[in-house]
Amino acid sequence: MKPIHSTNDFVIKFANVNGSGSASANEMFARAIMRMGVPVAPRNIFPSNIQGMPTWYEMRVSAAGWLGRRGGCDLMVAMNPQTWDRDIAEIEPGGYLFYDSTKAQPRSRFREDITVLGIPLTEICNREYTDARQRQLFKNIMYVGALTALLGMDFSVVEKLIADQYRGKDKLIDANVNALKLGYEHAMQNLSCPIGLRVERADGVGKQIFINGNNACGLGAVYGGATVAGWYPITPSTSVIEAFGSYCRKYRTDPDNGMARYAIVQAEDELASIGMVIGAAWNGARAFTATSGPGISLMQEFFGLAYFAEVPVVVFNVQRGGPSTGMPTRTQQSDLIACAYASHGDTKHVLLFPEDPYECFTLGAQAFDLADRLQTPVFVLLDLDIGMNDRLCQPFDWDDQRRYDRGKVMTAEQLEAGKNFGRYLDVDGDGIPWRTIPGTHPTKGAFFSRGTTRNAYAKYSEAGTDYVYNMERLRRKFETAKKMVPAPVLKPASQATRFGAIHYGSTSPAMAEASALLEAQGIHVDTLRVRGFPFADEVIDFINDHDVVFVVEQNESGQLRMLLLTEGEIDPKKLVRVLHYDGTPITARFIAGRIGDALSEHKVTPIRKQVAS
Amino acid sequence: MTYLAKPKLLRTDAPKNSLGYTRRDYEGAISTLCAGCGHDSISAAIVQACFDLDIEPHRVAKLSGIGCSSKTPDYFLGASHGFNTTHGRMPSVLTGAALANRDLTYMGISGDGDSASIGIGQFAHAMRRGVNMTYIVENIGVYGLTKGQFSATADKGSKSKRGVVNNDTPIDLVALALQLGASYVARSFSGDKEQLIPLIKGALRHRGPAFIDVISPCVTFNNHAGSTKSYDYVREHNDAVNRLDFILPRDQINATYAPGELRRIVQHDGSILHLRKLDSDYDPSDRVGAMNHLQERHALGEIVTGLLYVDSSAEDLHRHLNTVEKPLNQLGDAYLCPGSKALDALNASLR
Ligand SMILES: Cc1ncc(C[n+]2csc(CCOP(=O)(O)OP(=O)(O)O)c2C)c(N)n1
Ligand code: SF4
Ligand SMILES: [Mg+2]
Repeated sequence: MKPIHSTNDFVIKFANVNGSGSASANEMFARAIMRMGVPVAPRNIFPSNIQGMPTWYEMRVSAAGWLGRRGGCDLMVAMNPQTWDRDIAEIEPGGYLFYDSTKAQPRSRFREDITVLGIPLTEICNREYTDARQRQLFKNIMYVGALTALLGMDFSVVEKLIADQYRGKDKLIDANVNALKLGYEHAMQNLSCPIGLRVERADGVGKQIFINGNNACGLGAVYGGATVAGWYPITPSTSVIEAFGSYCRKYRTDPDNGMARYAIVQAEDELASIGMVIGAAWNGARAFTATSGPGISLMQEFFGLAYFAEVPVVVFNVQRGGPSTGMPTRTQQSDLIACAYASHGDTKHVLLFPEDPYECFTLGAQAFDLADRLQTPVFVLLDLDIGMNDRLCQPFDWDDQRRYDRGKVMTAEQLEAGKNFGRYLDVDGDGIPWRTIPGTHPTKGAFFSRGTTRNAYAKYSEAGTDYVYNMERLRRKFETAKKMVPAPVLKPASQATRFGAIHYGSTSPAMAEASALLEAQGIHVDTLRVRGFPFADEVIDFINDHDVVFVVEQNESGQLRMLLLTEGEIDPKKLVRVLHYDGTPITARFIAGRIGDALSEHKVTPIRKQVAS
Repeated sequence: MTYLAKPKLLRTDAPKNSLGYTRRDYEGAISTLCAGCGHDSISAAIVQACFDLDIEPHRVAKLSGIGCSSKTPDYFLGASHGFNTTHGRMPSVLTGAALANRDLTYMGISGDGDSASIGIGQFAHAMRRGVNMTYIVENIGVYGLTKGQFSATADKGSKSKRGVVNNDTPIDLVALALQLGASYVARSFSGDKEQLIPLIKGALRHRGPAFIDVISPCVTFNNHAGSTKSYDYVREHNDAVNRLDFILPRDQINATYAPGELRRIVQHDGSILHLRKLDSDYDPSDRVGAMNHLQERHALGEIVTGLLYVDSSAEDLHRHLNTVEKPLNQLGDAYLCPGSKALDALNASLR
């Protein structure tokens, strides 16, 4: 088997034990590659546990800038004996295995078709260090050093990274650089460096920033003007609030007196979190919560209240594997239905689907304008893959001329001037009524909010005509929302084609690479990335304009497809499911494989053989 | 509407408070509760208290859960914004509202089912957090709106209208509030407005979580012999520890008190609580003593009422969070949005 040769385009996977300090070493290695100008997309695959369970860190290295998972693994850094067998099995034919060769392993534990690279890391560590924790931590740095040699990377780049990371702590710098050198030199002396996989300096990173989606959501909430957050800890959404808190401390502390221009309350549960958010939003503050699957389930009754009483709230749902507790530390896009129709009765909600941290920021901030404008809950649906993994993306930007759109809020002056106020009256024909903020005017504009039915002037009413007026207005409002949610993004194939693919959220980078893989085989597919619900007309037009449309998503039941079928009244035969839901992020090879297979099975495309695995 | 009828025509000689408002200006929609329902008496007491305190109705936000009791905010302070939320979840909504605007007065109205059954968690946590509010439970020992099932405050041995005996241990919300950090805790009886109105006034002018448990007989489902929340039972077993006179700083003090009879407490805003002792040993600044006293009297079948505990120096949630003085809902874009320059610097740190 010929070893794989590839420069700036491969996949490395680190198999570690969680709690062993490997995460920071792995991340440092990813950063070193990026400093050489080569884009990297790392992904943590971690257990719902604090210490001792298997964890993986997969790095897609791609000068072309493919930031999705590709699929397969070219170099496995196998540091966890527990998962050895499956880690070895995962290596591509012709790939590489890097391992700790301190303990001799029988030949049967390796594969013939891969290159095996062993370094006695434990032995070196035991020789060099006495402290147990040091032995563990420096072992990680040592393999980073060895990989630096094996991939032909610039030692000084990693060295400088360490210096930057521990700036001001000279002792730590020296110790880490020393460990790095030990690994580097051992590899240089005992292994044939470099191997077929190489990193060479390139210019693919540019101005891009490296941040995770949860941090970007927290920042988006700051820029979006949120002042109140109610929340309850749950993986993988917790860090949205943590980020909001730390950005608030930085940007929202009153310079004169150190007081907070925000309030964050850790509630007793998700019911209380969303309750607080509803109370604050009803009272005129921008407010949000962040949660994940089980929290969304608990909040259902309150979503109905916010919908029916028309209170503008923002919910960041960082999706994880369901149902129930499901796969708490794995990724999925399986809460679309639970959010789109959240709560009993006839409800419908606005959903936004960011593709990466940049959009977590922009759509996160925009969610507050949309919620205020539409006076309804707005869900930002990201997932663990975007939320918890650092990702290269375009730098954040903000137009200083932009003003918050607080929507139809009637002021004391307007009330004083005698403007007709009916809380649930459709005066503008767009289904959106006017509201007043408590405390506005001594005698005018007060109303009683409730989840029960009422007339257009917010008076309790069980009259069928009042109920129907209200429901029809809410439908009109939802129609209005169609034009306000972010438009879908079309990427046409290089040739006119009858085939399309619809995708959303974190699937985006894998879909982009899949399109390229398919194009290379002569299969042309137009792709449309949906960014919001209700669906803009362009989404339905796209389906109508193609004979077959693949709906690519990361859940078991095809939830976006279901939404498209019901909301767009589409013929089900037209929408073909491409579903990936094992809890790991979808890969380019998976998508290209499924679409390629389907098209060749249906003999609807020039027969060309399948894409790689 | 037990004792405060709504005059259809405004009498020109109706008394006005210092804002120029009459009592009518503090009323709300016509009540739809059963005639004689204790809840209406509580609404009337709220109207009177707000009128007497010169509170601007539009500066009050009134929130409630679901139940007969929770409907009542529609029946008082018609010029205030109100929010009839979901069953048992008013405390969280009120907390959020209070975070958004610290300048309004927050009133939470709930039932015993709403607060002690489905909503006990939210009740507990709102007290713990020190939300600045007046929280009134209209306690009837049953669910009124769903037709008379026992609630979690029903006494053990109490008999339902259909003859069923409650075997579960009751929850005493007053005891819970004391334990959980409410800084103004009282119990009263909807049939005793002389006691109730000053207690509500003191609560409205208190900073921090003020809780009043008002026994409020349900004439339709829980006013029979064998009930421990009937008018007759409560009258017979009402064991008041003190009588409160609420005095605004501007008021003249006319009453005279026998030596040792009075306890005077000044609240953070200068309002004065004059407590005439009925039980000479009772000390309303002793939280643990209050809890013991409640337990002892409850074991004897007595219902302890009065101002049971007050800490006039308590701090509230906003103080704990160190939020700015200006209400959060009034901070403009410039105070909230860090702008593009900050973002450029942040971008640079993310490379
Ligand atoms: C989630 C939920 N469950 C059940 C109900 C039905 N329900 C309405 S009022 C009520 C009980 C109200 O009792 P309480 O709070 O004591 O008020 P009261 O009517 O006695 O004043 C119940 C169970 C509801 N509205 N919501
Ligand atoms: S059922 Fe009871 S609590 Fe409800 S309105 Fe009638 S008397 Fe009042
Ligand atoms: Mg009740």
